[in-house]
Amino acid sequence: MTEAVLQVRDLTATFGTGATALRAVNAVSFDVMPGEVLGLVGESGSGKSVTLRSLLRLLPGNGTVGGQVHWMGRDILAMNDTDLRAVRGGQISMIFQEPMTALNPVLTVRVQIEENLRAHTDLDRTRRRARTRELMDLVGIPDAGRRLDEYPHQFSGGMRQRVMIAIALASDPRLLLADEPTTALDVTIQDQILNLILDLRDELSMSVVLVTHDLGVVAATCDRMAVMYAGRIVEEGHVAEVFAQPNHAYTRGLLGSVPQAGTERSMLLSIDGTPPGLASIPSGCTFHPRCTFATEVCRITRPELVGVDAGHRAACHNSAAVVAAGSPVKKALSHD
Amino acid sequence: MSDAAIASRRSRIMALPRPLLIGGAILLTSIILATFPQVFAPYDPLTFDYGAILQAPSAAHPFGTDNFGRDVLSRVIHAYTIDMQIALFATVFPFFLGTTVGAIVGYVGGITETIFGRIVDAVITFPFLVLVIAIVSVLGPGLINMYIAIGVVGWVFYARIIAAEVKVQKRLDYADAGRAMGYTHLRIIFRHLLPNAITPAVVYWMTDMALAILLGSSLGYLGLGAQPPAAEWGVQIADGKNFMATAWWISVFPGLAIVITGLGFSLLGDGLAELLRGRK
Repeated sequence: MTEAVLQVRDLTATFGTGATALRAVNAVSFDVMPGEVLGLVGESGSGKSVTLRSLLRLLPGNGTVGGQVHWMGRDILAMNDTDLRAVRGGQISMIFQEPMTALNPVLTVRVQIEENLRAHTDLDRTRRRARTRELMDLVGIPDAGRRLDEYPHQFSGGMRQRVMIAIALASDPRLLLADEPTTALDVTIQDQILNLILDLRDELSMSVVLVTHDLGVVAATCDRMAVMYAGRIVEEGHVAEVFAQPNHAYTRGLLGSVPQAGTERSMLLSIDGTPPGLASIPSGCTFHPRCTFATEVCRITRPELVGVDAGHRAACHNSAAVVAAGSPVKKALSHD
Repeated sequence: MSDAAIASRRSRIMALPRPLLIGGAILLTSIILATFPQVFAPYDPLTFDYGAILQAPSAAHPFGTDNFGRDVLSRVIHAYTIDMQIALFATVFPFFLGTTVGAIVGYVGGITETIFGRIVDAVITFPFLVLVIAIVSVLGPGLINMYIAIGVVGWVFYARIIAAEVKVQKRLDYADAGRAMGYTHLRIIFRHLLPNAITPAVVYWMTDMALAILLGSSLGYLGLGAQPPAAEWGVQIADGKNFMATAWWISVFPGLAIVITGLGFSLLGDGLAELLRGRK
């Protein structure tokens, strides 16, 4: 078995201190294999974005990160600022949900791409210019020569996200962190951007961690997925396996709430209630107040994440019952 | 250049905000007068003429003469050199210092911001003019000391504007993106945040130049700025104060020059604000 490029162990993210401290991410562990696309899935507020940002220690003001993030033999969480800056943007890059606000409105696209090259490479002026054009071609922005000197507001949403990707890829990162990169885009553009990310993954042989709340996106792009609920990973495994046989009641609920075209008509299930606030995390299994499979033990003991199959783990006391209930996904999965 | 090209350039200029055009025209004239006063002034501003003391405006002396027979028009024109200098030098230093400090304070926040806030409070508690007069009194009168005094006090206002602006900008996604790309803090502050935050400070700078001229003239009037016999509007107004009833022109014309130049800066500031807002 190949070595994981990124190993996350017991990652926690805490906001505030003392009695009012809120734990947004709790003991999260996962691996990212070379060339793999890992999907982090969950509802709003499940801690998936905070997890992603914690990997690069990018939490706002009062946030602190604990645990270990092993990257190329070193712990990112223990690095000094200089080393951390070299990793950020150089070895691990990040793209954001809102391409409009994640680009600087008063700098041209050329300046913004060259900023990354300036920070992470020794290229001289001419080579930077050449590389910038190359990147524009790579992410599929036509007429690069003219468009490089335009400002972000002159680009459409999809094109802006391509610019964002070009900036992120400027210095050949080994890992791309994508925080809901397609949520702000319309469906046809979404598809283009996801395909672009997949193509680039193959071309540049990098790994991708994709945060999304869209299971359709996961099905279409990810190799493995990790489902998050209330700051913890509740189920993790290969996308096909998880879709075919969810072992956690929450995963099953999520899958049941996605409309499916081209299958027999069936009830669209929703999960009752809303995710708990960070200040009032339920005892035992955090999902039990909303769970249809919940039993007495769920209210008292928090289930551990245990292997159900090779490479498939779930944290549910009643996974046998959940498995028996079957997957709500009827259509066989296909990567298109 | 073809007629069409000239016409299109002209229509582009006319499309600019009107205050910007008027303010720009006034200041352009002021700068020309300040640079080549000897071309426009009919007399030497310092030469006494005891044959023509306290003369009312006439064809020979359009603005009249003062109690030493000096031509008031020539003195008003020559005063442009000093007063435009005051407008620039009294504000450039506060602008750059204030912007730098403000950007860093706004970005770092926390205890730095608290300390900065107390300094601002301390400075603002004193009336600006009183504080400047106090500093000039300690340093001694003269233009250089006046610049120092205004600089020591004036940077606070720029710093406050920029700090507030940077505080807003640093929470936006592109600042996060900058951190995610591994840029240094200084690079994020000065290359990424500052260009987005600088507009209000530039607009304030224009207004501040108008205030600087007023302040320079006030200090000149009080004998703490430019020193007689130099031609400076405030000095001239002070020269004429004893002759107000008999020879109003000595004070009124330099006063008008202050008003018009100040108006020019204010209009330019307004126009610039309008233009930059429109851009965004």
